[in-house]
Amino acid sequence: MKISALLATPSELTDTSSSKCAVVLMTRIRLARNLAGRPFPGWCREPQREEVLARCREALAATAPMKRSVNSALSELSELERQILVERHLISRELAGAKHAAGLVINRDQTVSVMVNEEDHLRIQVLRAGFQLKKAWNQIDNLDNELEERLDYAFDPALGYLTACPTNLGTGMRASAMMHLPALVISSQMEKVVRAVNQLGMVVRGLFGEGSDASGSIFQISNQTTLGESEEAILKRLGSVLQSIVEHELNAREKLLEADASKLFDKIGRAYGILQNCHQLSSSEAMNLLSLQRLGIDLGLFPEPTRALTDRLFIEAQPGHIQAAARHDLDPAHRDSLRAERIRQEFANVPRPDFSLHQKS
Amino acid sequence: MASSLKCDLCGKPATVHLTQIVNAKMHKVDLCEACAQAKGVTDPGGFSLADLLLKASLNPESAAGAEASAGAACPACGFTPSDFKKHGRFGCPRCYQTFAGMVAPMLENMHKGVRHAGKVPEKALRRRSLAERVSELEAGLAQAVKEERYEDAARLRDELARARQEASAPESGASEESPSAAPRR
Repeated sequence: MKISALLATPSELTDTSSSKCAVVLMTRIRLARNLAGRPFPGWCREPQREEVLARCREALAATAPMKRSVNSALSELSELERQILVERHLISRELAGAKHAAGLVINRDQTVSVMVNEEDHLRIQVLRAGFQLKKAWNQIDNLDNELEERLDYAFDPALGYLTACPTNLGTGMRASAMMHLPALVISSQMEKVVRAVNQLGMVVRGLFGEGSDASGSIFQISNQTTLGESEEAILKRLGSVLQSIVEHELNAREKLLEADASKLFDKIGRAYGILQNCHQLSSSEAMNLLSLQRLGIDLGLFPEPTRALTDRLFIEAQPGHIQAAARHDLDPAHRDSLRAERIRQEFANVPRPDFSLHQKS
Repeated sequence: MASSLKCDLCGKPATVHLTQIVNAKMHKVDLCEACAQAKGVTDPGGFSLADLLLKASLNPESAAGAEASAGAACPACGFTPSDFKKHGRFGCPRCYQTFAGMVAPMLENMHKGVRHAGKVPEKALRRRSLAERVSELEAGLAQAVKEERYEDAARLRDELARARQEASAPESGASEESPSAAPRR
């Protein structure tokens, strides 16, 4: 399957109406695996890297879950295609920048993506919309089992799966969720939340890392350690931390509505106005506005079907996606115009927010 | 402890301050914007503070362990402790054996436990122990022939044929060696 076909296909992140979750945008689990008897990618000589790439691509192609997938060497993809894959959370920036003998295998609905010769020989990832740790684990566990039938993994009974970096030893698993926490940000509670989460052995990162304003209030919470616990124990711990953060966010929303609903409605109303009428829109501003829009949907101010639109735009408002939709090369100013045009079109049919639900009679 | 104003990696003024708590131990790192960018701090997909600490050799235990294994190079891939100091990653799976002394103290700070408690690739392990058995029998057979111990050779040849067949047969039943035994090196 060609990459261009993949990008045009409905994907888990851009076209799922099943993610009715208010706070958790997506769940992700990643496993790091290496082949026995060969150096790790960073220390491998070129011919060995090629051999690893060929073996892994072959093994993946033979598994049932990856039957209809894009199976490419990275060199076959243009820079723009790579950027789009990064924006869809399917490959890392490190892989996108790889010079030699790296590859990727991604299934049709883009729930599974495998990187070959990134930091480890294999980085297997499952992405699901909403809060789906169990489903994601079952999916990745199955693929890992199928691969293990065909590949000899580097494994030590004491240290577990052997990885290039010791921080990934043991289970080699990094499980994370992307969470939308606007109320916690607005009520200045994020610092407290981050500290509490750290105490529980988890890590919090902003999505785009440039300070809370630019992040659209989207944060990634993941486990910190990979050795010394079973996969189930890690997922259970992460699950309860996520559950607790969801509760805190929902409580914070309640409090904001009680204390000063008008202020909150003002923010949401203005965001809606800009989304319908802007002519120049940067990607960071788009993230913030879409974040407020999503909050409005959660509060019942907009009809539920608008959620799918908003979640899709979170992905498609990013620079690579905007460029891909255009016929010729764009500079940032042109991208901002195109982004605004696209969003105006999409929001033309979104009805005005209905605050009657929250009016106190 | 007052927050340092200088980047831990390059000495320029630090504007990014990171704190990590693992197993009740606190680690702090201060970076300038350039180093933070270079180390992927702002990359949602790739950043791990423990990773960074390793690379910057800020972990005192690992530095001590590295002294202990100094001079040794991994027989499989040629990696040395100073390579680890530079890259923060190892060269090959065998390195974990070669540099065990350096790895052990690192793990305590880095992880919840120092022993693997999760999934085991049973099939891969069984294949490997079968493959090792085949190699051993092949070596034994060659030796027996060389020493003209033809009865031993005949016996080994038959065992080898059986082992080869087992190794190429589809998964069925338990092999003689338990899959959870440490593979003999």
